[in-house]
Amino acid sequence: MEIIRSLSVYAIPAVFLVILSTGLYRNVKVYDVFVDGAREGITTIIRILPPLVGLLVAIGVFRASGALDMLIYAVKPVASLLGIPSEAMPLVFLRPISGSASLALVSDIIKTYGPDSFVGRVVSTMMGSTETIFYTLTIYFGSAGIKNIRYTLIAALFADAVSVIVSVWICTLVFG
Amino acid sequence: MLNYIWFGMIIIGFVIGIMNGRIETVTKAAIDSAQKAVELSIGLLGIMCLWTGLMGIAEKSGLVQYIARIVRPILRFLFPDIPKKHPALGAVVMNLVANFLGLGNAATPLGLKAMSEMQKLNTTKNTATDAMCMFLVLNTSAIQLIPATVIAIRQTSNSSNPTEVIGTIWVASACATIAGIVAVKLFMASAKERVR
Repeated sequence: MEIIRSLSVYAIPAVFLVILSTGLYRNVKVYDVFVDGAREGITTIIRILPPLVGLLVAIGVFRASGALDMLIYAVKPVASLLGIPSEAMPLVFLRPISGSASLALVSDIIKTYGPDSFVGRVVSTMMGSTETIFYTLTIYFGSAGIKNIRYTLIAALFADAVSVIVSVWICTLVFG
Repeated sequence: MLNYIWFGMIIIGFVIGIMNGRIETVTKAAIDSAQKAVELSIGLLGIMCLWTGLMGIAEKSGLVQYIARIVRPILRFLFPDIPKKHPALGAVVMNLVANFLGLGNAATPLGLKAMSEMQKLNTTKNTATDAMCMFLVLNTSAIQLIPATVIAIRQTSNSSNPTEVIGTIWVASACATIAGIVAVKLFMASAKERVR
């Protein structure tokens, strides 16, 4: 598992190196283009702020009332059957439905249990390894005018389930 | 769907809060969370700008096109129904590479173009083709090179090592992608069997 740990260490430096040297090689004004691109980051953040306010308030209310603890307690049997920490279970359901809602939930879980806790690492891995299935399918099939999506949803949810199971498994293996 | 979930969480939260006698805590949580959303967004701002800036260079330098050229042969195997020179394949490849690099803004228009090109090859206009199903399953399970948002959240919560999850994310999404491909291929095979 040393390999996976060193992959994590070298990934970002490698990306910097490859992107910057390709840019320079192709005569791109690297700094100017960087600044222009960075401006796009501000737009992205401004776009996610309103949904984040709405969703973090909903999660905050849900957690403070004790409802979240009740939900976590209720799904405990299913979670332990699958070997998933029950604190991560709400994310399993929310992730395919909404990207911003799962972003809010992940940040709430990480704040509550700590980023370096086992649950914190598992939800980080889950968040990074899956996509918002329902949203993507709606946009793409909708744009092409497809009504009958056949087996797409089943196959996508199957891949999602695999990523959940593997997330827990690999975090146990790497971080123990 | 999110409308109902959002509504449900808030209403259930307040009702259970009243039942548990925690209504003041719940009210305080609502107001604090709004504040926290702003703090989180500001915390994400720096790394987001860093990342989109870096990806801007990748786009301008032709790195995206270069990677697309390398992975094209692999994608021929995944999309046997798309003719070799058809523009649909190009759009599919570019979308998947843009997704891989985390170029969200560039990926969506490319994906929509890929869908409309594949629709031109479709003989049953309101039913998805095998190529479309494969494309969307790849799109929803695809690997991301650097999961920037997750790293940013971990960093704002003072993780001692925000990037330590990159490796585990790669393993989990690689397994998901393989599982998705196998599932689609199996469905494809059984659909062809039924036609016969």
